[in-house]
Amino acid sequence: MSQVGGHTERVRHRTHEGFLRHRSFFWAQVATALCVVVVGVYFFVARDLAEPPNGGSWLGYLLGTMSAGLIVWLACLGVRKRVITAGHYSLKAWVSAHVYLGLSLTILATLHTGFQFGWNIHTLAYVLMMAVIVSGALGVWAYATLPQRLHGNRGETTRRQMLDTIGSLDAQLHEAAQPLDRAAADVVRLSIEQTDLGGSFWKRLTQSYGDCANRRALARLRALPAPGSAVQAEALTKVESLMQQKADALSLARRQMGITALLEAWLFVHIPATFALLAALIAHIVSVFAYW
Amino acid sequence: MSELYKVAIIGSGPAGMSAAAHAARKGLSHVLLEKTDHLSDTIFRYQKGKHVMATPAVLVLRADCQFEAGKREKILDQWNTDVKAAGVNVKFNAEVKAITGEKGAFTIELTRGEPIRAENIVLAIGTQGNPNRMRCEGANLPHVQYQLDDPGEYTDEHITVIGGGDAGIENAMGLIADAGQNNSVTLLNRGADFPTAKKPNVDGLLAARDAGRIKVMAETQAALIEDGWLTVDTPQGQTRYRCDRIIARMGAAPPRAFIESCGITFASPDRTAFPILSPTFESTKPGIYVIGALAGYPLIKHCMNQGYDVVEFISGNTALEPADEPLLVAKLKALPGSRSVSDWLEFLRSRVEILNGLSPLQMREFLLDSEVRAYRPGDAVFIRNEQGSSLFGIADGSVKVEVDPSNPNITVPIGEGSIFGEVGLISGRKRGATIRAAEPTICVEIPRMAALKLMSQVPQARETVNRITTERQVLQIFKSGLTPADIQEVLATSEVIEVRPGEPIIKEGDISDDLYIIRSGSMIVEKDLGGKPVFMSYVPAGSYSGEMAMIERAPRVATVKAAIRSTVVKLPADPFRRLLSRKPELAKRMYDEMRARKEVNEFIESQKEQFGGAVDMYSSVANFLIKQGIGEATDVLLIDESLCVGCDNCERACADSHDGLSRLNREAGTTFANIHVPTSCRHCEHPHCMSDCPPNAIRRGPDGEVFINETCIGCGNCQRACPYGVIQMDKPPPKKPPLWEWMLFGKGPGPGQPSYEWRKKAAKAEGGESPKLAIKCDMCSGKAGGPACVRACPTGAAIRVSPDAFLSVARIEKVT
Repeated sequence: MSQVGGHTERVRHRTHEGFLRHRSFFWAQVATALCVVVVGVYFFVARDLAEPPNGGSWLGYLLGTMSAGLIVWLACLGVRKRVITAGHYSLKAWVSAHVYLGLSLTILATLHTGFQFGWNIHTLAYVLMMAVIVSGALGVWAYATLPQRLHGNRGETTRRQMLDTIGSLDAQLHEAAQPLDRAAADVVRLSIEQTDLGGSFWKRLTQSYGDCANRRALARLRALPAPGSAVQAEALTKVESLMQQKADALSLARRQMGITALLEAWLFVHIPATFALLAALIAHIVSVFAYW
Repeated sequence: MSELYKVAIIGSGPAGMSAAAHAARKGLSHVLLEKTDHLSDTIFRYQKGKHVMATPAVLVLRADCQFEAGKREKILDQWNTDVKAAGVNVKFNAEVKAITGEKGAFTIELTRGEPIRAENIVLAIGTQGNPNRMRCEGANLPHVQYQLDDPGEYTDEHITVIGGGDAGIENAMGLIADAGQNNSVTLLNRGADFPTAKKPNVDGLLAARDAGRIKVMAETQAALIEDGWLTVDTPQGQTRYRCDRIIARMGAAPPRAFIESCGITFASPDRTAFPILSPTFESTKPGIYVIGALAGYPLIKHCMNQGYDVVEFISGNTALEPADEPLLVAKLKALPGSRSVSDWLEFLRSRVEILNGLSPLQMREFLLDSEVRAYRPGDAVFIRNEQGSSLFGIADGSVKVEVDPSNPNITVPIGEGSIFGEVGLISGRKRGATIRAAEPTICVEIPRMAALKLMSQVPQARETVNRITTERQVLQIFKSGLTPADIQEVLATSEVIEVRPGEPIIKEGDISDDLYIIRSGSMIVEKDLGGKPVFMSYVPAGSYSGEMAMIERAPRVATVKAAIRSTVVKLPADPFRRLLSRKPELAKRMYDEMRARKEVNEFIESQKEQFGGAVDMYSSVANFLIKQGIGEATDVLLIDESLCVGCDNCERACADSHDGLSRLNREAGTTFANIHVPTSCRHCEHPHCMSDCPPNAIRRGPDGEVFINETCIGCGNCQRACPYGVIQMDKPPPKKPPLWEWMLFGKGPGPGQPSYEWRKKAAKAEGGESPKLAIKCDMCSGKAGGPACVRACPTGAAIRVSPDAFLSVARIEKVT
């Protein structure tokens, strides 16, 4: 029988849990506990403070330091993800902690403000932080729901194979168009040369391909007058069926790119807002101490 | 009558060419016969620009032709120059038809031209130059050819390519590559699919067929060849069509029939066996010498050295020390007792039972692959649970086996002449017990490949290993204080059976009661519930099956079938029942185990009542994984598609922890339900890639990982042998600038495998030529944190599992 005990094996991440459920919601529990403690302390302390609660009290400093430290640590995920070191670490654990501790910032930083908002650099930092958190929450939603759709769409086809299919259909179109007359050949050229697969990020995200060259070519092909010879008629039928196949292949690939774009869209807010937040945070801290 | 040469050398590959060059330098009257119109056809047919390596590096080259690693063209040029300089008498286009006569007066008949007479013959024809021929009527017509050198030379022809392997497909695709040549090409394939061809080749072929550029005829064979016409048998009947040229690519085999017709005996009827040879390479037919790949030496350096040596032997220098002598001296230097190399060889050969049947020449070759070690009393030869697949033979002294892991004082001795470690060799599993030297001991450690070669060459060795293995496996599985004497009756009637994948050894409902031990491979147990086969459990090698029917004398309750090609030992029921009645301890052990298995069965049946869909789901997922080769995997990467966001961080992590090349392809591979099996090494129990590695560079590491070490010569055999397509041939890209430079200044290609363009540019800037080598997953061997792909997955989609961990019934709730 298989042997147990005395293994020289290294740690293997065998546990089959997603980043949200990681270690039975360990980081969710940590974050919740943190929030509960902080809220409790806040309302307990706030009663006894001389002035209305704000960032300048000892509790404000404590919360501010914790929040700033968290923000910097959370931003480090971008580095952790890219530096592949040999030691024991799990990016999944990092992401899990990133999500839950990041969400707990909504409580920590809000209490730090003491609910004092205004048109100043301090509130800007707060707003940017909230933007990062909200976009992150969207990211969590995307990561939790979109993979199913992504893989449901592609089945077992890879990105490379999708491109190859379209390339091979183009080559077949080229061959099939040989007997055609000038007008019909132009239509085929339109499909082969002008079809734009993806386009801008916005285009991919919104799936707006109304002006797709292949679609226009197909419409024009169907509007062509009846061909002169039987050979041409046969070729035309073949071209039409190939263009239809190409339309299907294009929509599969575009749907794939659409879902991928959706998976990435939140990052376009999350990452720039993070950098803006770091800058605003520095300004906030410097200004606080400068005007002390 | 023509001249009588002292020696005729047949085949001008590295071995034959070296022999001829040395004969010429020595002034021996000689002739070198080459079938084609150029030297060394096998190397000649390597693809253009291929980097040829010179291994083993430690072996000194002793030949009159030079050879060092380099491009194919450079090496061929060098050899042509050397052969000319030596003044070799070479005869091109001289294909040998038959060899008759005796030593001193052989006659070599050629397909064309005068016969050649020689006193001695050196056969150096290798194994590559013997393509399988067409056998239908008209196969000898001149327009039937077995090779395609330049597809560009044919225009406006009707060409039929026969063979659905890579060679056939590549030839066919070459012929249609340029539509301007206006060839009409048909490909005949004997089967319905193309199981032996690489996927990109098949895809390309099918796309070309769909585009109407090539005709593919499946399940079709040639029936009659006529000038300009070909008649074929299709599933729909015979059909005859235009055909100006036939290119047959139906594989190659060692030309055994021809060699045997010369009077040479092979070591065994095994297809891979080699001719029996004396220490001077003389075959069983006096006067005919066999060297090179045909003698079982596939490496160029070996071949060239043998060419030199055989000419020395023929010219009477029997005292010549083999070129590998210094290697063996170094290998045996550290051993106690100052014996010479030949004394050591004889010492080992005569003392270790399984080596008794070897010739001195085989012994030499054998020892080059093996290690001889001396142990002091108490030294561990290997430790329980260590990974290891080598076999040990005891030449002197004895060892003791610590059979009880909790008490090292309980030991079983193994004496001089016997072997141990055979279970690891056969089943590929970890070592089952710690073994220590009982007294000063000398053991020979035989690596897996060498041991398998030994078993195929020497029937006596095979029988010995089989007998000892069965005996020990039975003892190890059933334990319970059994001794070899107890089980002799059971073993006497036991039977070793090979099982094909999917073939059942036990069928549900059958009345049979034999017990089976899984020696290698693995089994899956299925039960028919409501007309559907439901997966019950996975039985790895080293376990047994079939005890319920034996003990209860009832019909079989489940079907047991092979997950992969397996070997089982059948133990007949009656002697085993008698054994049980004699050994109550064993009987109790088996009852307990049987009860546990029964509980599992009942559990599954009860689950079936409650939520049928879940069991079906589990069963089909398990079957899918088995089909994906998980049954022979020891550790496999799976991706949960419901979690995978497609970020490819796993691939980037892989590339960044391995010289910049990713060894996994996340997207490729098959998917079932939400389980995706990416193209990544499964670390098979019996790795297909290991089967034909000339420098023996593929090894199994301490954590079970199968890896390729630095002695890889880039021949690509492993890539072709891997059924899962996880090995790639590539050269590591130049070093990237550090990550922070990329992050701050955008220098370099960033994390992950650099693009082809960047690599090409950077390699050019760096200069120097590096060969393409085989690259595959090494499970991040030596990295404390374990596989980088799993560590770097942000969502937990990537997991690594071993089959018994994944396919256990306990998981049934998880699938709901």
